[in-house]
Amino acid sequence: MTRAIRVTVNGVAREVEVPVYRTLLDCLRYDLGLTGSKEGCGVGVCGACTVLLDGKMVSSCIALAVFADGREVTTVEGLAKDGRLHPVQQAFMDLGGFQCGICTPGQIVAAKALLDTVENPTEAEIREWMLGNLCRCTGYYKIVESIQAAARQERP
Amino acid sequence: MNAFDYQAPRTVDEVLALLREHGDDARVIAGGTALVTMMRQRLVLPGCLVSLRDVAGLGGIEATKGEIRLGALTTHREVEVSPLLKERLPVLAETFRRVATVRIRHMATVGGSLAHADPNQDPPVTLMALDAKVEVRRAGGRREVPLSAFFRDYYETALEPGELVTSVTVPPLPAASGAAYVKFLPRSAEDYATVAVAATVTLHAGGERCREARIALGSVAPTPLRARAAEALLTGGQLDEGLLRAVGEAAKSEVNPLTDHRGSAAYKREMTAVMVGRALTQAWEAARRSIRGP
Repeated sequence: MTRAIRVTVNGVAREVEVPVYRTLLDCLRYDLGLTGSKEGCGVGVCGACTVLLDGKMVSSCIALAVFADGREVTTVEGLAKDGRLHPVQQAFMDLGGFQCGICTPGQIVAAKALLDTVENPTEAEIREWMLGNLCRCTGYYKIVESIQAAARQERP
Repeated sequence: MNAFDYQAPRTVDEVLALLREHGDDARVIAGGTALVTMMRQRLVLPGCLVSLRDVAGLGGIEATKGEIRLGALTTHREVEVSPLLKERLPVLAETFRRVATVRIRHMATVGGSLAHADPNQDPPVTLMALDAKVEVRRAGGRREVPLSAFFRDYYETALEPGELVTSVTVPPLPAASGAAYVKFLPRSAEDYATVAVAATVTLHAGGERCREARIALGSVAPTPLRARAAEALLTGGQLDEGLLRAVGEAAKSEVNPLTDHRGSAAYKREMTAVMVGRALTQAWEAARRSIRGP
């Protein structure tokens, strides 16, 4: 059984025919060619597949693609604007907020969602918000520092 | 995942008609955090998924006549950040904040956390200590089930085929009451509890003695459960180490934990006593503050 869904992905209206058991992550990666979001654990724990659904961060590996019908999805590919990286992306690069990089798209989308939600997060708020984004290289200090730097830059 | 029929009805009546038609073969899906995970692991292979995504009127947090009603589609995150709940029933907002991660809390729903009936979920424990009632509807009917009678076994509830959880209602706590939820997490912050305890304590007005207490336990039995023998020891009692020790010992005899990677059965049993003591102390102090002010 398939369904035609209409999804606005990174600001672009898309129409896709998906099997009803397609996860949102697989739809993004295989139907739409957006391979920035990664599959890590596949059970909603690790955060590598983090995307925004109507502005709220979710695990796309355990969301069905049909859930996104009529809604807006933002992935890491949608953060840069007019050739300029999002402040969170720039801060991760400037401060080395990643090591092997597999978790990085999820970390960056989650961090963007945090800065959209909390104006000036404390370190404790950053750590609580980000606790579901695992970095197996354990580069957590640099990740927190990058988010703090991005928060300062967004609201000087 | 297996192939399945997918239905996205728009009204509760349409949902109930579909559930009656498909019976045991149908699964209701709301946030999907639990069900999709189980389907990906091929633990559940439904023939038909009935999505609540487009159904109107099942969300929202309302306060009426002192009661608080959470619609089944209210997300965990909505409960966690609700200004109404932070003021009126902070233990509930705090309990939902302890579930998994923000990502999961954006998707997971109040009704789902009950119907899923995983004894490791946080919300059922606090809702049970608060003496909540579940509203259940089926085609042509509706009933209320006390949460203390809702859970039957691992992943099994009192729901019959064709029935849908539509809301949960929490009665007001009496004056001079306090409540607390404690979650023992020896591993990571987003983990399931090794032992979880919710407690409410109501004191005699102006006094130090306990009028009534309720204790609910999670992760230590096939279902969340009330520790009734432990509760009975508290009536008329005064908070001291001796009483807490006796209550903790009673609670230990009421649990039936599994040995797993979160601890041996014996360890969970011992920690039940410890965590019951901590939850009661916090709830008791909150009850005192409600009499005397902070």
